[in-house]
Amino acid sequence: MATATTSKASRMGEEIWKTRVDKISAEVLTLTYGTLVAQLCRDLTLPNTASQTDYLAVNAELDRMGYAIGLRLIEDFLAKSQNTGHCSNFREVAEVISKVGFKMFLNVVPEVRGWQGPPAGEEGAGGPVAFSLVLEENPLAEFVELPDDGRAQDELWYSNVLCGVLRGALEMVQMQVEARFTSDVLRGHESTEMRVTLVRYLQDELPADDD
Amino acid sequence: MPAATDDNTYGVQPPGLDFKDSNTIPLPPPKHFQPSLRYPSSRKTIYDRNLSRPSSTTSLASFAYIFNTIITYHHAKSGSVSEIETRLNRAGYPIGIKMLDLLLYRQSGKAVRPIRLLELLQFIHGALWRGLFGRAADALEQSTSKKNEYMIVDNEPVVNTYISIPREMSQLNCAAFVAGIIEGVCDAAAFGTEGVTAHWAEGDEMWPGKTIFLLKFQEKVIERDEAIKASVG
Repeated sequence: MATATTSKASRMGEEIWKTRVDKISAEVLTLTYGTLVAQLCRDLTLPNTASQTDYLAVNAELDRMGYAIGLRLIEDFLAKSQNTGHCSNFREVAEVISKVGFKMFLNVVPEVRGWQGPPAGEEGAGGPVAFSLVLEENPLAEFVELPDDGRAQDELWYSNVLCGVLRGALEMVQMQVEARFTSDVLRGHESTEMRVTLVRYLQDELPADDD
Repeated sequence: MPAATDDNTYGVQPPGLDFKDSNTIPLPPPKHFQPSLRYPSSRKTIYDRNLSRPSSTTSLASFAYIFNTIITYHHAKSGSVSEIETRLNRAGYPIGIKMLDLLLYRQSGKAVRPIRLLELLQFIHGALWRGLFGRAADALEQSTSKKNEYMIVDNEPVVNTYISIPREMSQLNCAAFVAGIIEGVCDAAAFGTEGVTAHWAEGDEMWPGKTIFLLKFQEKVIERDEAIKASVG
């Protein structure tokens, strides 16, 4: 079941990437994102200091910006992946995010790992449902080294915008999730990983006339 | 050795004094730099990856989302159209400084930075544009009235692809970001400018998004270039 979904999602991701996505040099995205993070690091400073970055505030701001992006990005995603059909469980959601979503928008396919929760289709049974996305390649963080100030490597999640994007995009398809980075090679960790935890399905808030 | 005087306690060299015999306070030797950054043992650091690796592609939409976020951020902090443009320019500027070195490094053969003004302009029009947008810019022109002004024309700036400007801000051209990149390249190549700005080329029916980047070089840059021209012939 899971493997069938995986290969189907992989094929679809490749197909969409080849035929329906306008492209740009990945370096332009990298540099542009870098200029944004650098700006935030200059603007958001700790109280009573002029040059000490409040990295936790930067994380929060990147997450908020990502959330705003996610709310709009989901439309683009749905329009381009018209034949996906509904995901019947959170495992499929994970596969589609990795193989279709990340492929479509960043041309990378993170590995889904660390699955936690009841068997597929029985998420309603309770208990946490979560998975990790392991980014072998991270287009946002090419050419990046964090400031050597003794704090950035402990506090800043450089690519935190991605957490916000997932949170915003999934909320628009009735899934409230919590997304956060658990490791980042920029911090000296061995891999770059995000943990996505399902909080709840927002079924009650479906519009009445939605089919 | 002359005796210490009161007004020389800070090691300032009084005029006319011989260096050897002055009683300046020697600066302590600089502390040896101790990097404190941690690196993964898999060696996935920026130092381990080949700078000349072929650039991969990503989706234009993702760039547009991030660029839009930047514009929104600066818009919220700005009081006027020109302030937004200045802030976008400043956002692009550091990219230009880095792009010059990166593109020169990647040039096949020798990495020589442009020395003559025309070389620099052709570098921006060609190599920089290709590196960023995968194609050369559409035109390179010199002002007929002012010899320190040059124009680079892009019929359809990639960065403006998904941007629509509200009527009340019709003067705003978000390619000011690219203008900042150009300014960074010029400065890094030691061709100081009085600013690089992006303007709409109005009235072109075929290319409604046509944008002119106006490069105003400092007088001394022009003088230097003419001096080189005179000496080389």
